[in-house]
Amino acid sequence: MARALINVPAKAKRGEVVAIKTLISHIMETGFRHSTTGEAIPRDIITTLVVTYNNAEIFRAELSPAIAANPFLTFHTVATESGTIAFRWTGDNGYDVSEQATITVE
Amino acid sequence: MKRTCAALLLLAATCAAATEIPLAERRSSYETLSPETKAMQDDDTANPAMLWVLEGETAWSRKTGEANKSCADCHKGAGETMKGVAARYPAFNEKRNAPVDLEGRINICRTEQQKAPAFPYENRELLALSAFIARQSRGLPIESKDPRLKPFIDQGRTLFEARQGQLNLACSQCHDDNFGRKLAGIPMPQAHPTGYPVYRLEWQSLGSLQRRLRNCMIGMRTEFYPYGAPEYVALETYLMWRARGMKVESPAVRP
Repeated sequence: MARALINVPAKAKRGEVVAIKTLISHIMETGFRHSTTGEAIPRDIITTLVVTYNNAEIFRAELSPAIAANPFLTFHTVATESGTIAFRWTGDNGYDVSEQATITVE
Repeated sequence: MKRTCAALLLLAATCAAATEIPLAERRSSYETLSPETKAMQDDDTANPAMLWVLEGETAWSRKTGEANKSCADCHKGAGETMKGVAARYPAFNEKRNAPVDLEGRINICRTEQQKAPAFPYENRELLALSAFIARQSRGLPIESKDPRLKPFIDQGRTLFEARQGQLNLACSQCHDDNFGRKLAGIPMPQAHPTGYPVYRLEWQSLGSLQRRLRNCMIGMRTEFYPYGAPEYVALETYLMWRARGMKVESPAVRP
């Protein structure tokens, strides 16, 4: 099942600033809500997104309960060399999802 | 006598104005969205509803049920066979002698062809399939040409124009007579179902048109129908007829 949508340009010029977009399917349950029967609904959120570019960390985000469901995170980076951009989301209840994309730098 | 006639004419004129929005003046509520929400809908990599579309694509070719058949086994590639389908639903179903909406149609295929249990309404996989199918019609005009739909369109219109609930309010009072004016700070839309299933920021999820209708009915403090009720399908049929010719935006994003 598709869980994440990532958008990395397939090609870029060396030194170019490129936009990277990530969208992931997650309920982001805050932990502050109660069910219709009055029980507290336990927190279930993504806590971290780490992005690496050829194994070097380029972006890290700490997510909190106030962030909406299906978090969309976008950032920019400089295209330095061809290679792999890897994304890893981790969170409550052992949540751990990885995706990667390749970029060709000319 | 003359004065009575004039008064009657005036009354007729106001009644006519209150019933229907002229075709050329119809607007999708996309136009009242904030630039940020528009950007979200326009970019498939930012539109959260695309997560459901991708799931639907996977579900399309997944074999299931006693018949061990997938949607793709009969319908092949959705890109061709499902193009324009969502634009003409709810469609008339001969066996039932009534219209069925897209979700209803998926469940008919599921129970009769795949021999699998029907999905409950608002089930994630059902929404994923309907989002995936509706996505194939994006940009196409909504069609409502089947003459057999006429009595159901009329039934839907009657429901739309009937005052109901503790507020004694009719759908048409907001959506025909007062669209564009504000309700709780938000411009009231003309209620054209151009983008269903829709990702609603308030829901933080995808939802069907039936869920949206139910939502309005809660606001009107009226007793809502159970999911799948023929009244919802009649309303959907009327709303799609009312939006005929407008372009499908599915899956859309709304506040």
